[in-house]
Amino acid sequence: MAEVYEELGLTEDEFEKIKKILKREPNFLELAMYSVMWSEHCAYKYSKPLLKTLPTEGPSILQGPGENAGVVDIGDGLALVFKMESHNHPSAIEPYQGAATGVGGILRDIFTMGARPVALLDPLRFGSLKKPRVKYLFEEVIAGIAGYGNCCGIPTIGGDVYFEDAYEGNPLVNVMCIGIAEQENLIKGSAEGDGNIVLLMGSKTGRDGIGGVSVLASREFDEGAEEKRPSVQVGDPFTEKLLIEACLELLSKDLLVGLQDLGGAGLTCATCETSSRSGTGMDVDVAKILRREEKMQPFETMISESQERMLAVVSPEYLEETLEICSKWGLDATQIGKVNTTGTLSIYENGELVGKMPARSLADDAPVYFGKGERPDYLDKIQNTDLSQPEEPNNIADAVMQVISSPNICSRQWVYQQYDHMVQTSTAVFPGSDAGVIRIKGTKKAIAATTDCNGRYCYLDPYMGAKIAIAEAARNLICSGAKPLAVTDCLNFGNPEKSYCFWQFEQAVKGLSEACEFFQTPVVGGNVSFYNESFGEAIYPTPMVGMVGLIEDIEQSCTPVFKEDDALIVLLGQTYPEIGGSEYLKVIFDMVAGKPPYLDMEKEKNVQSCCLQAIQNNLILSAHDCSEGGIAVALIECCIMGNKGAILDEPPIGSEGQEMDFCQWFFSESQSRVIISIKKENLSKLKEIAGGLQVPVTVLGQIGGNKVQINGKIDMAVEEIANNWQGALECAIKS
Amino acid sequence: MKFGVVIFPGSNCDQDCYYAAELMGEKVDYIWHTTTNVESYDCIILPGGFSYGDYLRTGAIARFSPVMQAIKNYSQNGGLVIGICNGFQILLEAGLLPGAMLKNKGLKFICRYVNLRVENDQTAFTNVISRGSVLSIPIAHNEGNYFADEATLASLKKNNQIVLKYCNESGNVKDTVNPNGALENIAGIVNKDGNVFGLMPHPERAIEELLGSTDGRKIFESIIESAKG
Repeated sequence: MAEVYEELGLTEDEFEKIKKILKREPNFLELAMYSVMWSEHCAYKYSKPLLKTLPTEGPSILQGPGENAGVVDIGDGLALVFKMESHNHPSAIEPYQGAATGVGGILRDIFTMGARPVALLDPLRFGSLKKPRVKYLFEEVIAGIAGYGNCCGIPTIGGDVYFEDAYEGNPLVNVMCIGIAEQENLIKGSAEGDGNIVLLMGSKTGRDGIGGVSVLASREFDEGAEEKRPSVQVGDPFTEKLLIEACLELLSKDLLVGLQDLGGAGLTCATCETSSRSGTGMDVDVAKILRREEKMQPFETMISESQERMLAVVSPEYLEETLEICSKWGLDATQIGKVNTTGTLSIYENGELVGKMPARSLADDAPVYFGKGERPDYLDKIQNTDLSQPEEPNNIADAVMQVISSPNICSRQWVYQQYDHMVQTSTAVFPGSDAGVIRIKGTKKAIAATTDCNGRYCYLDPYMGAKIAIAEAARNLICSGAKPLAVTDCLNFGNPEKSYCFWQFEQAVKGLSEACEFFQTPVVGGNVSFYNESFGEAIYPTPMVGMVGLIEDIEQSCTPVFKEDDALIVLLGQTYPEIGGSEYLKVIFDMVAGKPPYLDMEKEKNVQSCCLQAIQNNLILSAHDCSEGGIAVALIECCIMGNKGAILDEPPIGSEGQEMDFCQWFFSESQSRVIISIKKENLSKLKEIAGGLQVPVTVLGQIGGNKVQINGKIDMAVEEIANNWQGALECAIKS
Repeated sequence: MKFGVVIFPGSNCDQDCYYAAELMGEKVDYIWHTTTNVESYDCIILPGGFSYGDYLRTGAIARFSPVMQAIKNYSQNGGLVIGICNGFQILLEAGLLPGAMLKNKGLKFICRYVNLRVENDQTAFTNVISRGSVLSIPIAHNEGNYFADEATLASLKKNNQIVLKYCNESGNVKDTVNPNGALENIAGIVNKDGNVFGLMPHPERAIEELLGSTDGRKIFESIIESAKG
């Protein structure tokens, strides 16, 4: 047994614990089931204690962490159901299927709650596009997300992609899904009612993905990585689409007691989690499970991660109608067992008992580990790097062009035009803006959603970087005219058994916690992905934030587009010479150093309130938040989107005793700033609102002409900048 | 009048088409793919999506469904049929329209707004629009590269069957604005009798200003005009 439990990814202590629970030695099937449920990916052993510190409650929260997705009340009897998950390790090995099944998995988490999925967002991280393997991973991941999402008919409306060397061996593929439901149609993943029938719906079970959670997702990569290919799951979006329609129909007719999707750890997870939630157990006969491979052993059927399968619990009186609806949609639905009240999960093969354990022990009793975090030595040196040294480039226009066409800044059109972002005819704001916006048919409401995380900031200061991720997400939603409501997160880190990685994780969770509390955006669900390391090199700590907000009246939404000549261009907020961790520093000077910009949460809140009030009072024409690339990038994006020029006065440098050169001002990534455009006659009203919130208001210039002109410093044709910006990503891939 | 929107397993623009018909103020029903009688409808919509997961070839399996036999009979009796995107592909596979659809020249799925020039304003689907007008309507497909052999192309031209072509904002049909490599920028065609229309762009996505354009209404208005007239 010793080698066996090790092979399965369990430690000796964990093995002993299992023996204690069962009061005997586990057989192979039982051991396999514990090994997947107690893997880091499923059991959150290293992260549970810290995740408990995140704020998860609020007045509009209907469901926090614990179910398949989080649920927010958006009024009119409607619920917003959303979550984000990672599929990092599979995508590094088999990028198309890894990404595709990542989409499939998160879709199921949403419709299993009773919500129709209405949007996807994909925040991605890759290494440098100069590397051929990175190009391959990037193209295939995009193709995989497109292939799956488009076929299912769910629009991908947002997300982002960043290229940093740190992600070369470990790309990040996080996918967020949003669904809308009538509150009365929401259903939980529960298994209640003695004698109720357990139904397995969807694709047949094969050997794909076996060990996906344990062997693949809970370990670092080394030379043997390619051998793990069989552990990558294979997706079938057509079957998923049928599952979506069948499940929603079953739920609209109130036929089910409980519904749960099969994801990581397959049938083992679905059966033990549903039972555990309800305090019940199940008797399952693996011989009843439809297979697509021959001679599958019980453990294989129980831990297979074959995709597009759902577990339904149905009372006998509704069984016939349920099976009819599955048949109508061309889906297999097999009775594989029954609910019991003993709390025991018993596995049979053709009536013969082959495994037995308390359901709760699988789902809830995995040990919890308290990592030891230690601040890494390199941080002091890198944070205190003297950033006054880099001299302002002689040719500023060249520097601007370089930054605007750099892989992290340039247009992502090449990516999002591969996604059907218009299906379901509800996308009010397309990708390329601050947030994706989905209107809700039959109401005036709309949902805004965005994803954010600057990995570089988090590397330089994980606490500040995490706070900024929340602040920026909220700022993005505000600029669209939405009130931020709640957060889902995907915490991507290295090996938690290493002290510096665990320290990064601790700091990031601390930052998220404080910021979510302050901005009143509780965390209603999410995912942790550890072991994103190759050959001992970890990724940048990347606590990905997915945030949703509500626009009460879609007529009052806002975009970054410069629309009107002669309108004033105004900056809300204050610029400091903060180029630590900035795009400017990386692109022009090839440096990743300094401290990330400082976030003053109070000031941030005030700027956000000011901006939202201005939008809701119809005072402003456009709003765009400043983030990577600072004012330079924000301003240029507004110009390109609206095909308008900008004429700026002498920039207000040194006016607050802040000494900086032009480039430091132009590219500074100071937080809490928004660029708006506003009709001259509305400026005083705006200043009133801003004054009451102590928000600095600076008129930078006005919209006009077809160039970006900044008094003596810059004189560049918008068309030329736009061409470079638009074509840069495709260029980088093809070069 | 009454629209009927067919649902195949894997269709995903059916709800959008239904919603569009409602916005245009007309009655509309869903038609399940096993239905064998479609006579009560004034216009049948074959919506976009990935019917049968695009297995074998896009549209290849849908053409065998019972509803397609019914639609064949319906169209032979002059009934109006509009096939959008996957719907167009199904009409090609079913032989109700000539030609075939290949993979986009760029080998990638493409979703964006395009400009279309109306080549034939006499059809039941374009009669309220004048020839040469430019419509702004989005596309979203992986296989929109329309192909027909020389003889078929000649026949299409002879019978005025080419209805829409990809063009620029000013209505110029150029290579540079062809999004998918389609032969002569062909985006939509009708059959010889002019009652069956196939187009790759999605008019149901261009019904509301909020979503970017209302030019799709013109196609619906034309259908409504024809059905009532």
